[in-house]
Amino acid sequence: MSALLEVEDLAVQFRSEAGLVTALDGVSFSVEPGETVAIVGESSSGKSVTALAIMRLLPPAPACHVSGEIRLAGPKGRQNLLAVPETTMRNIRGGAVSMIFQEPMTSLNPVHCVGRQIAEAARAHERMEKRAAQARAIELLDLVGIPDPVQRANSFPHQLSGGMRQRVMIAMALATRPRLLIADEPTTALDVTVQAQILDLLRRLQTETGLAIIFITHNLGVVAEIADRTLVMYSGQVVEEAPTATLIGAPRMPYTQGLINSVPKLAAALRPGQRLPAIPGNVPDPRYRPAGCTFQPRCAWALPDPCGIARPGMDRVTPGHHVRCARWPEISA
Amino acid sequence: MSTDGAPILDVQDLTKHFPVGSALSRRRGVVRGVDGVSFTIGRGEVLGLVGESGSGKTTVGRTVLRLQAPTAGAILFRGQDITHLSRRALRPVRRHMQLVFQDPYASLNPRMSVESILSSPLAIHGEAAGKGERRSRVEEALQLVGLFPAAADRFPHEFSGGQRQRIGIARALMLRPELLVADEAVSALDVSVQAQVINLLMDLREKLRLSMLFIAHDLAVVGAISDRVAVMYLGRIVEIAPTAALFTDPRHPYTEALFSAVPDTDAARRPARIVLKGELPSPLSPPSGCAFRTRCPYALPACAETTPALRTVGLGHDKACIRDDLTLAAPLKA
Repeated sequence: MSALLEVEDLAVQFRSEAGLVTALDGVSFSVEPGETVAIVGESSSGKSVTALAIMRLLPPAPACHVSGEIRLAGPKGRQNLLAVPETTMRNIRGGAVSMIFQEPMTSLNPVHCVGRQIAEAARAHERMEKRAAQARAIELLDLVGIPDPVQRANSFPHQLSGGMRQRVMIAMALATRPRLLIADEPTTALDVTVQAQILDLLRRLQTETGLAIIFITHNLGVVAEIADRTLVMYSGQVVEEAPTATLIGAPRMPYTQGLINSVPKLAAALRPGQRLPAIPGNVPDPRYRPAGCTFQPRCAWALPDPCGIARPGMDRVTPGHHVRCARWPEISA
Repeated sequence: MSTDGAPILDVQDLTKHFPVGSALSRRRGVVRGVDGVSFTIGRGEVLGLVGESGSGKTTVGRTVLRLQAPTAGAILFRGQDITHLSRRALRPVRRHMQLVFQDPYASLNPRMSVESILSSPLAIHGEAAGKGERRSRVEEALQLVGLFPAAADRFPHEFSGGQRQRIGIARALMLRPELLVADEAVSALDVSVQAQVINLLMDLREKLRLSMLFIAHDLAVVGAISDRVAVMYLGRIVEIAPTAALFTDPRHPYTEALFSAVPDTDAARRPARIVLKGELPSPLSPPSGCAFRTRCPYALPACAETTPALRTVGLGHDKACIRDDLTLAAPLKA
């Protein structure tokens, strides 16, 4: 199968008072049709900037400088999203590629009822009668599991709960039958029982519509539940990429191992007083990233040479499993 | 951890109702934020409080500290009834109870140096009047939370989220309190840093013999640090038990569902997920009888009749559910 989306050597720099700040550095990955790829990382790892770069929603030059290629497969062949004119991008954005965000309340317009907002999204990309668009909105509300869709279409966002609002956002994102959905922390603001409902919904929609999903999160538990493949980002770079089961079961990068270990486990409840495994230190400030491997100051495996000297490249462990670590062959999975 | 003697905090039938709508509006009523909650915290004990948004866990924390006046019920702190104390009378009590906030970005004044942030509690309570003494108390607190003494001269923006939370904890410890209320104190932190701060709280608790009310929505975090855990749903405690008992033998259907919804990297070991129907009902008009019955997979017609009270079902293990015939799935084996 050929990839739906190919990101190659994507780099993003922001201009700030402190000079140029590198947010992304050499990010490459691909997404197959119908696949779910998770991007995990902590704050300032670059996961959201990656999503915004694909949607071309980053501020224009000179505030922000983007390089590399983002190729999207379409009916007319591949297009580099970083090179197409804004008019084309407008059709793609919210058309072939849709996005949902963390906080559904701030992404919905509070003064219009939700049915109208979904219909508007549909009409922005497809010529259709108002009435047909309204019918489509109701159909979509039904698809995302909102009870009483005819009545709910006339609700305003404030009349809905957080989980319902996120369902509305998903309905809106699906209004144009996209091939790729970018979900940026879509369940982070939700309670666990509601999060479980939304994850179930995304899985069902994927089987029904063959949608590809880029799922951005900081929660490795959620990743284990939803993603086929996972990229781990740290300090603006992808540091490990593997099928999800491999990544969680046999990670090779010390950062990935530390991250998985430091997720609080329910089993800790049976070990009272025992300290949790933690990664020492803090995520480096993007303005002052360490020389060499960016994880090296926090890494138990780090050596002055080579870790302190050169940024490691991406190495292949097995087909589909790549890691950015100079010492991975010595580190047992 | 062993606890002895009288509890440091004894909360009896705590109720907090919020009136909604103005005198002129048609839709008036009360939101039953907290509806008859009772628990104790022993000296040196950590009680975890879990629940989803709207369950009333934050209101319990704030009311216990008397940051909000309770509608009914009693709060006994160090044996003293503080339910109706005036502001003035509360002041000497307050120094023994401190709060750690969720957001390390919003809870520190960006225009104050760390030294002035940390010495404010001393000034308010008239302690450590001398400049040198104040400085040494500040440095002592910074070292206690794992920061370097020179941090006193810096400003909040110079620190990362995890470091700021350490400053927030240091501020709470300045007056050497006996009870700490931590409201989602680690929820806003990155995973790799979250574990560090939980470990710090464990260290401090042992070193200073702190009692803690640890409020969070993350069951794994609560389980790691708490001796006992209370589960709240719509303003009430539905189950309370020693941590190990709750995690190996949950007795309330809501606790079972909550555990099954936790995404886990060990997905294979988890019992089958129970996806609850619907969402938390409005606390403005809670369902009759058991508030959970509208989403409960085991509800019977009898559940609508009376609100179940907490009953003892094991050693220190209480639940508010009329069904004793259920075998519920546990996330962990004993």
